[in-house]
Amino acid sequence: MFPRTTSHPRPAARSRAGGGPRTADSPGTPDAPGEPGPAAAPRAKPAPRVGRRGEGIWGWLFVSPMVTILGLFMVLPILMALWVSLLNWDGQSNPFSTDAQFVGLDNYRDLLTRDGLDRTLFATSLRNNLYYVLLTVPLQTGVALTLALIVNQKLLRGRGALRTAFFFPSVTSSIAVSTVFLFLFQGSGAVNTALSWIGVKGPNWFNDPRGVLSLLLGGLGIVDPDDPSGALAGHSFLGLSWFEWLSGPSVAMCTIILLAVWTTSGTFMLIFLAALQDIPRELEESAAIEGVSRFQMLRYVILPALRPVLFLVLTLGLIATWQVFDQVYVMGQGAPGNTTLTPAFLSYASAFDNADFGQGMAIAFILLALILTMTVLQRFLLRERTPRPRRTR
Amino acid sequence: MKLSENRISENRTRAKPRSTRVRPVLRRFPVPLRVIGYTAVAMVGLLYLMPFVIQLVTGFKTDPDAASHPLGLIPVTPTTAAYQRLFGLSQAGDGVPFLRWLGNSTVIAVVVTASRVLFASMAGYALARLRFPGRTLLFGFLLAFMAVPPVALLIPKFLVLNTFGLFDTYTGMIVPLMVDAAQVFIMKQFFESIPREVEEAARVDGAGVFRTYWSVVLPMARPALITVTILAFQSSWNEFTHFLVSTQSSQYETLTTGLARMVSGGLGGGTQYPLKLAAALLATLPVAALFFCFQRYFVQGANAGAVKE
Repeated sequence: MFPRTTSHPRPAARSRAGGGPRTADSPGTPDAPGEPGPAAAPRAKPAPRVGRRGEGIWGWLFVSPMVTILGLFMVLPILMALWVSLLNWDGQSNPFSTDAQFVGLDNYRDLLTRDGLDRTLFATSLRNNLYYVLLTVPLQTGVALTLALIVNQKLLRGRGALRTAFFFPSVTSSIAVSTVFLFLFQGSGAVNTALSWIGVKGPNWFNDPRGVLSLLLGGLGIVDPDDPSGALAGHSFLGLSWFEWLSGPSVAMCTIILLAVWTTSGTFMLIFLAALQDIPRELEESAAIEGVSRFQMLRYVILPALRPVLFLVLTLGLIATWQVFDQVYVMGQGAPGNTTLTPAFLSYASAFDNADFGQGMAIAFILLALILTMTVLQRFLLRERTPRPRRTR
Repeated sequence: MKLSENRISENRTRAKPRSTRVRPVLRRFPVPLRVIGYTAVAMVGLLYLMPFVIQLVTGFKTDPDAASHPLGLIPVTPTTAAYQRLFGLSQAGDGVPFLRWLGNSTVIAVVVTASRVLFASMAGYALARLRFPGRTLLFGFLLAFMAVPPVALLIPKFLVLNTFGLFDTYTGMIVPLMVDAAQVFIMKQFFESIPREVEEAARVDGAGVFRTYWSVVLPMARPALITVTILAFQSSWNEFTHFLVSTQSSQYETLTTGLARMVSGGLGGGTQYPLKLAAALLATLPVAALFFCFQRYFVQGANAGAVKE
């Protein structure tokens, strides 16, 4: 990772300086067993690849806790899970004995191609999460950028306090803030009370399975949300009718989206803020001399400078939003009407509630593939855009 | 503190002017706009703070009061009943072994934080400085691990714990959390940013690898160590999903799993929001306290998270 040229001359130089009695002046350090003594290191040759005494062994000693734990609880689980996703396993017996029934790709087929409840549920969870992603990512990015622009105002009084207030929700426990939101969004809760002050009758948030989009179109008289008909209701994809695909996130899901925007915008605000403070002052000053307005400054100077970071925040959001779990566990567990069901929660529920671990694993792997694809895409694209400024250090 | 930790970063920041009040590039807004702006900004700030204020106040309300005046900022009949129940001071404390949750959370967070900091700094140092066969490959694996979404590992982790007989044990709760790939990465980045000369000097003086790491490198790494400590504590204190799949008995419940069970319907007899919100508040407090003391390390952590992906 770091340039080799700088590190090469040094071991050679030191071996000259240290000279012969090197064993004598390091009494406090236990020598690695089985290592060649210092005399074995040839002096005249340029420093070998494994330069210092015992460094290879020390290196592996230093990384061994990491290798052990990540190996046991990251690599091994994935390998074992790949196997179990091919089984019909209830979580009781030993999945590596002959008791478990090998079913091949059946678990995946149930989810993707075979008509049935499994596929409908999975498609529903995909739809819910898709809407969650489509709403959360742009909203949290927009809010975070706005907050960063506010806090970056040099003359704003109390900007430190504001930054603290905006960032604080991000560091709290997701379970604790979900509890608070459950209270706030009750049928006769704080939010609906506040809405009633301005004459709006709020919905019964967590018990409302109706899709927002179909409500909106229903309000305009285009469709009848209670009795869908026509081509959209008649045709289906993955066992879910097009009407259901297109009905939008449910009102209940919208509260989870609001919670997500509220908690994550602070973190992304900080990323934007760091980028804003990296914009060279000369750039803004020369623009000011040109006499640009505030809007022009934002549009032609600040936003272009933020483009790489904007892309980073968008993709980070995209990766994170496909993993929503804690909030769903606390706030809905899929209810009402499966409209808060997400693939992550469905995977958990099929394994632990329905004792169908093979199915749960298969869902987890489809989700993993989805997220890894996006991560690879992100790393690839980011590499193209930033011409490696960090390599210099 | 200031002196030692900024020795390195000073080189980078010294080029910038030191003045605290930087003159703005554009002129100020006219007064009426400024008033509107401040009002709007204050409203947004309130939006971020109000949920916590309501949470705090509701904890001191009675159940009927919380239900009928959810927005009331002053309890009609202030009571500490919720807190008394949580701390087992009243008879009605059944079903909410809050002190047990607190104890579990504390012990686990402390052990996990300590080992994460130690192991992350060791591995980060080795990856940054020591030359050993397979290092490049290992670093490649580390980058790959950081991309694995934790949610996809939920059931697989249960599978491993179950196979090893670690399901529903403290070992199974703690050991898998003891290394965090992202924190190893943060430490590695930091070690690469500090000058080699000091280490080289220590080596010349005859210090071995471990001695150099322990008495020379670690003291220089204090800012990064604090950042990683705070990140590790925050994430292990707030950890939920791992405990959800690694335990089932109530004796292993932590603040997060206990609270989640209580909230998602494990508690009979009404909604009991004052009790739930009080428990949630107490679960938030330690991280909140850390946050208000060490905010800039949280900020560094957030930005390190941005670089990592």
